[in-house]
Amino acid sequence: MIDSADLAAIWLTVELASIVTILLLLIGTPIAWWLARTPSRWKGPIGAVVSLPLVLPPAVLGFYLLVVMGPNGPVGTLTQSLGIGLLPFTFAGLVVASVIYSMPFVVQPLQNAFEAIGERPLEAAATLRASKLDTFFSVVVPLAKPGFLTAAILGFAHTVGEFGVVLMIGGNIPDKTRVVSVQIYDHVEALEYANAHWLAALMVIFSFLVLLALYTLNPTGKRK
Amino acid sequence: MTIEARFCLERAGFTLDVDLALPARGITAIFGQSGSGKTTLLRCIAGLERAPGTLTVKSQPWQDATSFMPVHQRPLGYVFQEASLFPHLSARRNLEFGMKRVAAGERRVAMDQAVDLLGIAHLLDRLPDRLSGGERQRVAIARALLTSPKLLLMDEPLAALDLARKNEILPYLERLHDELEIPVLYVSHSPDEVARLADHIVVMEAGRAVAQGPLVDTLARIDLPIKLGEDTGVVLDGNVAERDGNWHLARVEFDGGFVWVRDSGHAIGDHVRVRILARDVSIALEPQHDSSILNTLVAEVVEIANDAHPALALVKLKVGKSAVVARLTHRSASGLDLKPGTQVFAQIKAVALIG
Repeated sequence: MIDSADLAAIWLTVELASIVTILLLLIGTPIAWWLARTPSRWKGPIGAVVSLPLVLPPAVLGFYLLVVMGPNGPVGTLTQSLGIGLLPFTFAGLVVASVIYSMPFVVQPLQNAFEAIGERPLEAAATLRASKLDTFFSVVVPLAKPGFLTAAILGFAHTVGEFGVVLMIGGNIPDKTRVVSVQIYDHVEALEYANAHWLAALMVIFSFLVLLALYTLNPTGKRK
Repeated sequence: MTIEARFCLERAGFTLDVDLALPARGITAIFGQSGSGKTTLLRCIAGLERAPGTLTVKSQPWQDATSFMPVHQRPLGYVFQEASLFPHLSARRNLEFGMKRVAAGERRVAMDQAVDLLGIAHLLDRLPDRLSGGERQRVAIARALLTSPKLLLMDEPLAALDLARKNEILPYLERLHDELEIPVLYVSHSPDEVARLADHIVVMEAGRAVAQGPLVDTLARIDLPIKLGEDTGVVLDGNVAERDGNWHLARVEFDGGFVWVRDSGHAIGDHVRVRILARDVSIALEPQHDSSILNTLVAEVVEIANDAHPALALVKLKVGKSAVVARLTHRSASGLDLKPGTQVFAQIKAVALIG
């Protein structure tokens, strides 16, 4: 059955994924908007950087984050001088790493949704006295709502499913960085297959529900 | 009060270069073929396109060498070729979108007035995808009006509609013209729409304004390279002076004469516009009494010019203070020995009453 350590891991995972999703939407929206609209030649390079976590092995990403946020890394030096201390092996460090790791899963659906809106509704809004910011909230956000839902669900689910980055950056500290995927790994290492099954089955059901939600919310072909 | 626009915009394979002074009243048609730059000009005036230049609307500077008023601060209304309603908002919320962004003290068009003018009261609670093309465009026009614009810009608002939908909307545009004192710049490539709606015309060709002036005078010019082809002709503004119930005809008096047209229910005294195409006008030196032609005008030849085809000539005739253009072959013109000053009888085969 699920024991208290499992429950703690589940709770930590949900907490992490929720915080990361909110941060991703806040950070990813302006990035996606810029990528969708800019004529700049930096569009390609920036887009590629944002998408890097799609193809990089999580261990590589985790390794570099560990180095950058470590005592001698630029971010580590900064956080230490700000009195925050070091990020690796903390919940905050896990949040930062997860935000970077799941960024493309939020930026890409948003970017697609923004691009699909096209120029015309924005021009129409401008001729109806709406400023750019006003237009974003009164026209773009409602029209891109399916994109926001997809982005939030993918960002959340992908954070729940991460493992390699967590191991590299967060280690395996109960209540701090030990998320469900790490807990499953521990169970398997300890040959506690029954416990691993419970958590693993939970993840399967969760993943299925996520995908079901995605396909129900965004039936392909219905959107123009 | 005028709208002064000077723009110079270089694009790949296209240059917009205009210097216009347009009247800030009535409907001004910006007329030209596809690719002549008329939509680009309209977008520059709206500020949707940033072109170097200056723009002053009713002595208010909208753009000059150093400043550029953003689109959303310009007191204009814009109607796109496709209605471009916000799909997530009902017709009513679409109408309110612009209205509520205008300070209450500056609203001069009321919701009821716009809804009534465009005949859309029964559509207000529908989403745009539940409206027909014509209905959508009427909502879009009302939406633009509700920002109480000082200038209404319309970019071929009827071009995406079929003939039936066009005829559904045209009367509303005419009411707009008659009931609201908002100057309109109306982009169109349709001689029919221009003849029906415009007071003033700017003819665009390859990014330049090749002619501009009052519609009646400009259409009567035959020295211009306006390629109207079969649509070459004049419009005359007049009043219904008499109705003949026996024959279902109405007599329209204009400055210099009158023509009989089919009676379409206008009351005596109504201001109407008639259109006479050059191809429907023939010339005789003596009055013809044994012909089926109903309308014959006493006229004087003013000018003879070449039409597009080398066989054809355009003859400008003076009828009182008005002008009529006839198209005939050079052979006929030569056979009749037409030259400026010749007194003739213009036989008009067809007159269209266009509102």
